[in-house]
Amino acid sequence: MFARTCSRSGFHCYGLNSYQSAIRGGHVWFQVRGSEQKVKSHGDNVDILIALNSESADIHAPFVSPGGVIIYDKDRVKFSGNLLSQKARALPMPLGQISRKFDKNPIMQNTVALGAALYLLGLDFKVFETVIGDTFGKKKESVITANIQAATSGYEYAKSNFSQLEVTAKPPSNPRPKMLMTGNQAICLGAVMAGCKFYAAYPMTPASGLLHWMAAHATRCGVVVKQAEDELAVINMGIGAAHAGVRAMVGTSGGGFSLMVEALGLAGMTETPIVIVESQRAGPSTGLPTKTEQGDLNMMLGASQGDFPRIVLSPLTVEDAYYATIEAFNLAERFQCPVILASDLLLSEHIETVDSLSKDVLIDRGEWANSTQQQPFLRYRVTETGISPRAIPGNPGTIFVAASDEHDESGVVISDVLAGIPKYVAERKKQMDKRMRKLEVARTQMPPPKVYGPQEADITIVCWGSTFGVVSEVVDTFGKTDGIRVNAIAFRNIWPFNAEKAEPLLKSAKKVLDVECNYSAQLARLIRAETGFEIKDRLLKYDGEPIYPYEVIGKIREVTSRNA
Amino acid sequence: MLELSKYKSETRPDWCPGCGDFGVLNALVQAVANLEIDPKDLLVVSGIGCSSNLPGFIHAYGFHSLHGRAIPIATGARLANPELTVVVTGGDGDGYGIGLGHFIHAMRRNLDITYIVMNNQIYGLTTGQASPTSQKSFVTKSSPMGTIEEPVNPIALALVSGATYVARGFSGDPKHLAELIEKGIKHKGFALVDVFSPCVTWNKVNTYDYFRQRVYKLNDTGYDTSDLGMALEKSREWDPKIPIGIFYETTKPTYEELDPVLRTGTPPVKASLSQSDVDGLFNEFI
Repeated sequence: MFARTCSRSGFHCYGLNSYQSAIRGGHVWFQVRGSEQKVKSHGDNVDILIALNSESADIHAPFVSPGGVIIYDKDRVKFSGNLLSQKARALPMPLGQISRKFDKNPIMQNTVALGAALYLLGLDFKVFETVIGDTFGKKKESVITANIQAATSGYEYAKSNFSQLEVTAKPPSNPRPKMLMTGNQAICLGAVMAGCKFYAAYPMTPASGLLHWMAAHATRCGVVVKQAEDELAVINMGIGAAHAGVRAMVGTSGGGFSLMVEALGLAGMTETPIVIVESQRAGPSTGLPTKTEQGDLNMMLGASQGDFPRIVLSPLTVEDAYYATIEAFNLAERFQCPVILASDLLLSEHIETVDSLSKDVLIDRGEWANSTQQQPFLRYRVTETGISPRAIPGNPGTIFVAASDEHDESGVVISDVLAGIPKYVAERKKQMDKRMRKLEVARTQMPPPKVYGPQEADITIVCWGSTFGVVSEVVDTFGKTDGIRVNAIAFRNIWPFNAEKAEPLLKSAKKVLDVECNYSAQLARLIRAETGFEIKDRLLKYDGEPIYPYEVIGKIREVTSRNA
Repeated sequence: MLELSKYKSETRPDWCPGCGDFGVLNALVQAVANLEIDPKDLLVVSGIGCSSNLPGFIHAYGFHSLHGRAIPIATGARLANPELTVVVTGGDGDGYGIGLGHFIHAMRRNLDITYIVMNNQIYGLTTGQASPTSQKSFVTKSSPMGTIEEPVNPIALALVSGATYVARGFSGDPKHLAELIEKGIKHKGFALVDVFSPCVTWNKVNTYDYFRQRVYKLNDTGYDTSDLGMALEKSREWDPKIPIGIFYETTKPTYEELDPVLRTGTPPVKASLSQSDVDGLFNEFI
């Protein structure tokens, strides 16, 4: 609600929910940063800490910045204040007591605290009222009224007892409300704008948000949404739907993707376009279900037996997740192969304001056969690009069988009684070459990695996916103030890897630092395999928490001071 | 009725001479010809195994997919285009072993597809190992001392899983089998046709003779196909006599009729790719 108040007031913001794999209880916190400028990460410190229990006060108080405050319930939270930095203030409030005026259960104490925070920041209370109305719109009118009253009391209490913070961000003179969404929502919006008509999934954090949004918008957007019995069913349903001619997408996390592996090869072999969202979480195995990681790149690149074309895109921001999804559908149909959209918990679940998303969506459905095809119809015709015109069931004159077995140009399997016969030995090679040729064509069409920041830099940070958020913030802030010039190379169209475009960028950099959220520097390994360029300096994080700006800055200082 | 030759594939079946699957292929062709289903509107989906080669041997659209995954492939295709007639074919290992989970879920969904299982109680393509429907104590390469597990009872499983058409045929009686398949395709909802389809190479116990001595038609006994309790009882009969025919048939809304998007009528494959209310959709995020 606080983030929505910021975005409706015309501020940018970025919010991250940290939670545990438990339905009730545990240490849960939600963090929001607002600014006139685009906010690119969760940041290091907080200006206002609202602690609803003693544990929260103790854990987060050291991160309250000088000039910041901690709001807490003076009756419930035991807080000595010694953990606060010198210039920070403790603001005890009767949160529970105020909230009980409106409900016997102190469930609205957070609303009271938010009311106080609005006053401290000088935000417009009227905007907050509209947000409360929309948030609880489906509940009883009395719930909305009680929340508004609770927030008002918090606001008034703060006004009578505390002084406002010195806020540097000025509200825009002509505030234009901004869109606020999670990465998962951006992916869903991109999917329906790209004409996705089928979405299947099995619930799994952090991909479940995709299923929830799709299910809620199924009728409105004309998407058949299927929660299936397992991820084996999920991806095979997706492939079946795509085979029948619709744009199909499936979503999961690493564990579910592991179950999809065999069918990934099926999509490759039968040349069926499908978009797979793989929202990574900390592994291995069940790992840390509610914590973030970028540990599945190796799997996405190597999953399933044999060689076949696949495309891997890793959106860099929430906004990019929208565009990358649209691109994924086009690439899947143009190259008739699986496209993996590599997200992660941080990208999928954090909320971010986006300035504007284009409603003009280019849809490229690839090459199609017509009904007057020469007979027999050659579904897997060998062509220069490797792309063979498609056809779907129901179409006259293009009957064929898609097979997971190796097949000839017409689709007839050559794996059984024909295997080993010289003519079919040659056919097998032709089909392999044809399929893999698509990957070579796709490779030449992959854009170069994104270069962010100044052309000339003392250090260049290499990253992929959501890690671009924190890296770009460091480039923008530290990189412009500290005397050390920093830029970044962000890999987004990861596979097929365009070494020709990446290599010169890497080789011309003075110093290179690889920043990834995994143990084994999976992107750096890929870069080395594809270009021979080895990145020795690495910031690798795999404790489940996202990378913070101060960690990147610390590493930059370390690397640039060495041999300097 | 359409001519049988309309469904003739350029590819000759590679099954062993005498394989029960020939009878199933012929019965399927007879059934779709009787129903006048245009080959372009028929999608035959299979998994892996000898019997799963069937889509290649009939002139119709086909998807020869992965071992055990024919039902989800068929489900996706059917949900994308409910105007297609979708028939799934496969074996006992494919459907009752590696793909068992999908089988149960497809039945409880009552999706309007027809599932023909060529049940030979053995793994044929992998040269003769015990299958989920192998009878107890059955000696195979993988069970030299005899199997020690109870076989899956597909008819009983289908009855308790919500299938709305449950039948069993015998490929030694292709005319009767064609009738069962035809009724299964016409039936609105999930139809299972389990078929005794002898493997002449690897199963020397459950042979044509074995079944000829045992099978009898439920229809000849004044049997009531709407009685679920009786159907369950009949599903447990094996020796000395084994019933074939329709065990159970009932009418329930299909998945397609209940799905909030499909029930609006336009098959997703024919729907416009663009959104009708883009501004409304974007404004939800403000």
